[in-house]
Amino acid sequence: MNQLTISGSPHVHGDLSVRKIMYMVIVALLPALLVAIYYFGWYALRLTIVSVAACVLTEYLIQKFLFKGPLTINDGSAALTGLLLAFNVPANLPLWMVIVGSVVSIGIAKMSFGGLGKNPFNPALVGRVFMLVSFPTAMTTWPKAQPIFEAGFFADAVTGPTPLSLLKESGVGTLAKSGDMQFLDMVLGNRGGAFGEICAIALLIGAIYLLITKVIDIWTPLSILLTVFIMTGICYLVDPTQYIAPWYHLVYGGLILGAFFMATDMVTSPMTTPGKIIYGIGIGAITVIIRLWGQYPEGVSFAILIMNAVVPLINKGFKPKRFGV
Amino acid sequence: MNPIKTFPKGGVHPEENKLSSDQPIITFEIPKQVIIPLGQCLGAPAEPIVAKGDKVKVGQLIATAKGFISANVHSSVSGTVNKIDDVMDHTGYRKPAIFIDVEGDEWLEGIDTSDTLVKDITLSSEEIVERIKQHGIVGLGGATFPTYVKLMIPKDKKAEYVIINAAECEPYLTCDNRLLLEKPYEFLVGVKVIMKAVNAPKGVVGIEVNKMEAAIKLDEIVKGDKYFEGIEIQPLKTKYPQGGEKQIIKAITGREVPSGKLPIETGCVVVNVASTFAIYEAVQKNKPLVYRVVTVTGKSVKKPSNFLTRIGTPANMLIEAAGGLPEDTANLINGGPMMGKSVSVTTFPTIKGTSGILMLNEKDAQPRKVSNCIRCGKCMQACPMGLEPYLLNRLARQNNFEETEKHNIMDCIECGSCEFTCPANIPLADYIRYGKTKTGQLIRSRNQK
Repeated sequence: MNQLTISGSPHVHGDLSVRKIMYMVIVALLPALLVAIYYFGWYALRLTIVSVAACVLTEYLIQKFLFKGPLTINDGSAALTGLLLAFNVPANLPLWMVIVGSVVSIGIAKMSFGGLGKNPFNPALVGRVFMLVSFPTAMTTWPKAQPIFEAGFFADAVTGPTPLSLLKESGVGTLAKSGDMQFLDMVLGNRGGAFGEICAIALLIGAIYLLITKVIDIWTPLSILLTVFIMTGICYLVDPTQYIAPWYHLVYGGLILGAFFMATDMVTSPMTTPGKIIYGIGIGAITVIIRLWGQYPEGVSFAILIMNAVVPLINKGFKPKRFGV
Repeated sequence: MNPIKTFPKGGVHPEENKLSSDQPIITFEIPKQVIIPLGQCLGAPAEPIVAKGDKVKVGQLIATAKGFISANVHSSVSGTVNKIDDVMDHTGYRKPAIFIDVEGDEWLEGIDTSDTLVKDITLSSEEIVERIKQHGIVGLGGATFPTYVKLMIPKDKKAEYVIINAAECEPYLTCDNRLLLEKPYEFLVGVKVIMKAVNAPKGVVGIEVNKMEAAIKLDEIVKGDKYFEGIEIQPLKTKYPQGGEKQIIKAITGREVPSGKLPIETGCVVVNVASTFAIYEAVQKNKPLVYRVVTVTGKSVKKPSNFLTRIGTPANMLIEAAGGLPEDTANLINGGPMMGKSVSVTTFPTIKGTSGILMLNEKDAQPRKVSNCIRCGKCMQACPMGLEPYLLNRLARQNNFEETEKHNIMDCIECGSCEFTCPANIPLADYIRYGKTKTGQLIRSRNQK
């Protein structure tokens, strides 16, 4: 005789799971990881492995010995945080530093709030900003991209400026003169910078995959990119000798990575479409302000974290349109 | 035919699994004993007017409606009343039912049991509604709301559309599809009867495009006969819950039923396919509701079938006829997988609202691991009523029913789209139903003061 279960409707499920979502985002980041390994070789690979391992281990230890609850490390969210954290730092960063960053990301930004789904701020970005203010020199010493087929897999890192730091320090004139800051190189990833952010093409391939599979939707990234483009475009039109063209702003720094992979983090972003647009405009505007007039050359991380804090308010203010009300 | 329409907001698309859509309706044998529950409609159970030992005929009234929202119950067989006793019914509770031992198949005089199509509608509007009330017709889509109540249009309102809900958006179920294919003329006359009853100039049959064969057939009949003027066949996108009353009105007319109000506010009366057929039989053939088409189905079921079944036939007989209960059955459902109720015994009697008997296998019915809400907002995107299921779930768990009321929990149609789509497998629908019950109590107690 069969054992019949009693359960509330619906009795079937769409088969989407948190785990599936996390692994799909990880898959979407793989093209950018491959490009990073191509340009930074061994440094990128070992940094990624250490960062992911440190994040997963931190979550494991906290769940096992502090929470004493169920273990959920195989849901992929800690691994994803580790991957994103690695993507946001220089490839030649000392490994102990990235371990510290991982512990802050998972331990403070995620688990201290109660774990997955409860954190108000993007854990990887909290870790990254913590590292930026704690290890300012190491976090702003960027290795130059050297294809492994020319320099070898284990080549020593040669440091060089990022386009945005060059711009901040020397102004538009220098940037225009230095021949290795071409738009095409920016798009393909042949430049200095945090290793996950360098190749816009690889990131966009992953982003398109996530858009097609509806893991993310277009509103947040689109409104971020448009805001940055319009604001920097106005500055460029006002004074082209002081401000560079807006299209450079789209591919410099971590804007693509931030817009498609960090700002769209489900836990820390708004739920309705109007909310997502407001959130995106806020991120875009703060990014531009920091980039053009702030102390730091890059502001995407700060912009996303600041807007994370506004999300509960946005969710309260922008409700879905009720049927028949 | 008109271009395809759909409701604009939310919805999901579960696997359709219409396994029995090519199986013709088989008239099921009359069992040796039927068990006819007294509570077969949304509302008060009927009161029995027969006693042990009484002889009854098919179509004879055996229990009368008690109150406004209630429906008459008729004997579906001829024979002797064995007892009136409690039986474990589809709700999982023991409830009173009339047990009748079958002897022959003798119908009550005055019922037309022939197959001839009766097109002339001789009764007046009031007589039609009265007939529907007397003959115990309820919403056969599964909600079992007494149909006559819907057809009594308030004095200050006017019915403009009669919308026939032929969406059959529940996966697996095919009883409406088969009825449309095999009894199209009777069905369409039924539409005319309802149009006359509520004095509506337009009748629209909303049908999902996964039943195109039926849609084309109906369209040809309607266009080929002046008699059916005023009826339109409207194809709808295959999307759940297309057959929700408010959703189908929105899809077809673009009008939104205001929160807390009835469909007649938009000038629409919505009736299900099987109910329309039952109305045809009640009004044109004087036949009370004594049988219906039941889809018996499941992925592991040997012969998924559509049976024309006498009300009160034990479900296990239908299951046997479809090849027996499969080994891997984990969940037995009265109705479809999205809104049907799971049942703990195979012997429950089929009732007026039994559109399907579904046997879900272990793989589909397995309980899924619940994880934390990741605030992805997918439940909100799936909600056809524009609610925030994640929030209602949280508020209901906190027993905060002032807040659930403010967040429109009473507008929830319990379609389950939120839970279906939730990646964290949170039992959203369960908690929202709980919240609805409690919020309803709160509102009622406040109104009494």
